[in-house]
Formats: sequence, structure tokens, C-alpha cells
Amino acid sequence: MSEHQITAEDLVLGYGDRVVVDGLTTEIPSGKVTTIIGPNGCGKSTFLRAVARLLKPSSGQVLLDGKAITSMRTREVAKVLGMLPQSPTAPEGLTVADLVAKGRHPHQSWLRQWSSDDETEVEAALRLTGMHELAARPVDELSGGQRQRAWISMALAQETDILLLDEPTTYLDLAHQVEVLDLVDKLHADLDRTIVMVLHDLNLAVRYSDHLIVMREGRIVTAGPPDELITADLLRDVFGLDSQVLVDPVSGRPMIVPIGVRRSAPTVQH
Amino acid sequence: MTTTLVPGRPRFGRGPLTLVWRPRLVVVDVALLVLVFLLVCLNVGRGDYPISVPDVAAVILGGGTDAEHFIVWDLRLPRSVVGLLVGAGFGMSGAIWQSITRNPLASPDLLGITAGASAGAVAVIVFGGTAFVGGAIGVPAAAMVGGLLAGVVIYLLAWRRGIEGFRLVLIGVAVNGILLALTNWMLVVGEIWDAQEATVWLNGSLNGRGWSDAVPAAIALGAIGAVALASTFQLSALKLGDDTARALGVRVQLSQSVLLVASVLLAAMCVTAAGPIGFIAFVAPQVALRIARTSGPPLLASALTGAALVVGSDYVARVLLPVELPVGIVTTAIGGPFLMYLIIRTNRRLSR
Repeated sequence: MSEHQITAEDLVLGYGDRVVVDGLTTEIPSGKVTTIIGPNGCGKSTFLRAVARLLKPSSGQVLLDGKAITSMRTREVAKVLGMLPQSPTAPEGLTVADLVAKGRHPHQSWLRQWSSDDETEVEAALRLTGMHELAARPVDELSGGQRQRAWISMALAQETDILLLDEPTTYLDLAHQVEVLDLVDKLHADLDRTIVMVLHDLNLAVRYSDHLIVMREGRIVTAGPPDELITADLLRDVFGLDSQVLVDPVSGRPMIVPIGVRRSAPTVQH
Repeated sequence: MTTTLVPGRPRFGRGPLTLVWRPRLVVVDVALLVLVFLLVCLNVGRGDYPISVPDVAAVILGGGTDAEHFIVWDLRLPRSVVGLLVGAGFGMSGAIWQSITRNPLASPDLLGITAGASAGAVAVIVFGGTAFVGGAIGVPAAAMVGGLLAGVVIYLLAWRRGIEGFRLVLIGVAVNGILLALTNWMLVVGEIWDAQEATVWLNGSLNGRGWSDAVPAAIALGAIGAVALASTFQLSALKLGDDTARALGVRVQLSQSVLLVASVLLAAMCVTAAGPIGFIAFVAPQVALRIARTSGPPLLASALTGAALVVGSDYVARVLLPVELPVGIVTTAIGGPFLMYLIIRTNRRLSR
């Protein structure tokens, strides 16, 4: 897998007259985990939606293997590129198995609604995410972490080389955030998928990504491996955050420790 | 032959033709079909010359005496067939709207589509005799145009980078109110006898319906229903929301438009044939999904439930009540409480 390539060229995105992303050019490294970070309203989710062809650019384009993604047949794109929207909701009573099976949609037709390929892929996706035991349960009766795993299983059953995740850890507690990101990491490591996600938690973004794209006010400030990118200066410039960047004792990567107004020890220099 | 690798999703068929085997849904569909047939026989059997249910069944299936044949086929059956078709159409129409918007309140009778069809029809009944342009096109066409117009207006007003259920319901309820007011205004300003005729029609009635009503309704239901049933595969993806459906390769705008137009045409066709029979489009899909225990309203079962409700209500209206009432009054009186009962019962089962 991972022979597919995504690039963005002079992308301008907006809703109505409001420009959210203004002239963005970048290349997503294949077979790696890329995370887009930036302050609220910087256009990171909007950018991800454009990559997923959920939003049509005002100008510029997203290229999938050199072709404009908006000019391709949406069903063909769906066989290469999967997207999990921000906090999706399943219809009441829909079982995990039925949800995950919908991931097979681009591979199915009206006559061929449940082939043996569909069956094996769905089963494999359920097992990989540890959701097989819960397959007969309605999605709305699951905990937040289980629910997110069910949705990731659906995107997995779609069998796409590229997987886009819009804030997959929203509303989850820290333990479940780590659980979901471990799963994402596993998909990348075991199945060699290209992953692009939007995350809010900077330390988790640093920990789980090979490549970071840092955005501010609709533009890319910088992009590259987290080790080289994350500095106290960058965090001040982009997020307006005073912090110290230490070395994470667990991963050896940068770790951000924010400095608040009143809660720091007397030795810390503001 | 079936195999099961994924819990709850046995595979049926092989090669190019494969489906998920859902025994409960099949049993429910067959049972509803039998129920509708029995209700039609029961309804046809009652009248000045009573015929037993087995005899009616025998006549419908090709037996019986000449007299029975005449009474059943020529006199009584068209009324039940119109009821059946109208119920099925309303049921399917409601199931489509409720599935796409994922909101049980979004049914054509609550959103003003039925009211649009009614306003069109009443305009022709009330102003038909005058120089008003509507006079030339007749009640059926006016109802069709009114329903479609209401549907388009609601869709356009509610569209904002996609259709969002709650916004659609609010706009639909407002449009419904405006159209009801318009209809009332026409009844007030119209001639008293025209207004009376319109009022009976507005309550939804199967009185005096013949094959000339049944045949066009059957053709319309067959054609539109086939389109709708063929779209169920796309519908199952649309139920996950616009973004997810698009990510799965569904052309959301196109599929949604096809289904909503089909749904509006179905509702308008039903109003044309029998008036705005209350509550069926809202109740039938909700009843069907609770009997079949599916996550959204199942189209075929919703249509069959609608048919059973209308034919059953017609029997109640004609036979069980001391005064013969328009069927729409009975469907509303039966449908509402029945839905409440189902909701309370299923809640209890869940919380136990």
C-alpha cells in the first residue's frame, strides 16, 4: 500500500465570502502519520475537509496522484481515501456490525450488497480494533472510546490507502485518547496506511506523528518532523502560549509544559 | 444458503447477487402483506350484502358467483384498493423523509407537503368555477403541483450547505402553518357548497372511489415506489450523515434530490387520490421500525404498515362506528395513540 500521493496547490477555501484558508501549498508524506495543529479557527479542519473533497476550493486544488480530486469520480476516490468526520453520530439502534459494514459502500452495488470480500474485510476490521465482541451492540449504547473505535473500524473496512481523521479524540478522556491514537498508530505501522489527522492536544500530536503541519490564520507556518519543529518560540508565535519545551522522558520527543499566570514555581522565568 | 462471519449479518446468495439475510424483516414484511390482504377482504365483505372473508378471498383470487364477482370487483374493491395504495404511498413517503433527515418529525404531513397539495386542490374546488387559472387543470393536477411547490420551497429554504434535519423541520412546520391558513382563508371566502365539498375532502375520504382513481394511483405508486426501493442502498449510507456518506463515495446531493422528489410525488399522489389522510406518513414508518426492530424506517414495511392502517381505519370508520366518518379522522384517532403505546412499550423494554 501507500503508493498514493496527496498534494495541495495554492488552496483557497472558505464558506460564502469568508476566506478560511488562504493560499495553502503542501505535500502529505505517503505512508506516514501527519497531524495538522494550530489554534482554534486557523482552518485546519477546513483544510482536511477539502482534502477529503467534502469542500470545494474557491481556487487552487487538491491533487490525488497528480489529478484534481474534485474532477475524479467520488466513488473511485472513496476506494483510495477514507475520512472520519468530527464527532459523527450513528442512527439510533444501528449495530456496530451494520455501521462497520457501511464502510464497504464504495465496493458494493445494489445487487452486490454483502459479498464474501465484504464479510472478510468487515470481520478483519472488527478484530483489529477489538470491536468483534461488541459487533451486535447498538452504537449509541457504547462508551465514547468504543464508539470512536467502531467508527474507525468503518473507515478501516473501506480499505483505503489514505485515512483522514478530524479530531478523532474529541470528548474522550485522556486514557481513551491514548487508546484511540494507539489504534491509529497500529493502522499505520501494521497496514502501512497514510494517516492525516487534526488534533488539539499538542503533546499527543508530537508523540504520535511523523510529520506536523502547523497552521495559523489560514496559512501554513511551518511543517516537518516534530523533533525539529517544536520550540518555545514557535508556540509563542503560533498559539500565543508561554511554555517550556522539555524532553519527554517516555518517547524522547519534545514535551510542552505551559506556563500559566499564577501557578508556576518561583524559579520559573516568565 | 447463508454464512455468518460477522455477528448479525449472515450472507445470502453468491457471486454477483448477495444480500444480508435479515429474517425478522422478511417475516414482518410477509406478515404485514397477509394482514393487508385480510383487512381488504374484511372491508370488502361488509355492506348491505355481507360476504364472508373466505368468500371475498375466493372472489379476489378468481372464484365466486357472478353476483359476488360484481359486488366485489365492480362495487367494493376499488375503495379498498385506493385505501391500500394511499396508505402505502404515505408510509413510504414518510419513511424516506424520516430517513434522510434522521428526524421522525420530518414527515410530509407535518412539514407542509400534504398541506401544499391540499391548498392546490382546495383552490381548484373553491375557485374552479370562476375564471381562475386553476379551473382548467383539475383537482389532481392542482394537488400534485401544490405538493411539489411546497416541497421545493421547503427544500430551498432549509438548504444551507446540505440538509440539516432540525432546520428542515422548523421551516416545514412554518410552511405547513402558512398553507393551512391559506386553505382556511379559501374556505371562508369560497361559496358555502364548494367549501363543504372541500371540507369533506380535506378530512381524507375513500367515499365513492372507483377504478378510475385506483388505476392512476397504482401506476404512480408502482413507478415512484420502484425508484425509491432501488435507492435504499444509497439511503442506508445517507443515514450516516452528509459528510460520512460523501466520504463513502455517495453523490449526496443527487441521491437526496431523487429520493425527496420521489417522496413528494408519492405524498402528492396520495392526496390527489384520497385527500390528506392524517398521520399515516408520520406514524407508519415509526410503527414499522419498531415492529421490524431496524435502526431506521424500513421502506417496504413502512408502506405495508401504512396500507394496513388506512384499510383498517376505513373498516372502523364504515362498520364499527355508529356514524360513518371520513377515514382521515379515524387514522388520526387510532394512529396517534398507537404510536404513543409503541414508544412507551419500547422504552420500558430498554430500561428493564
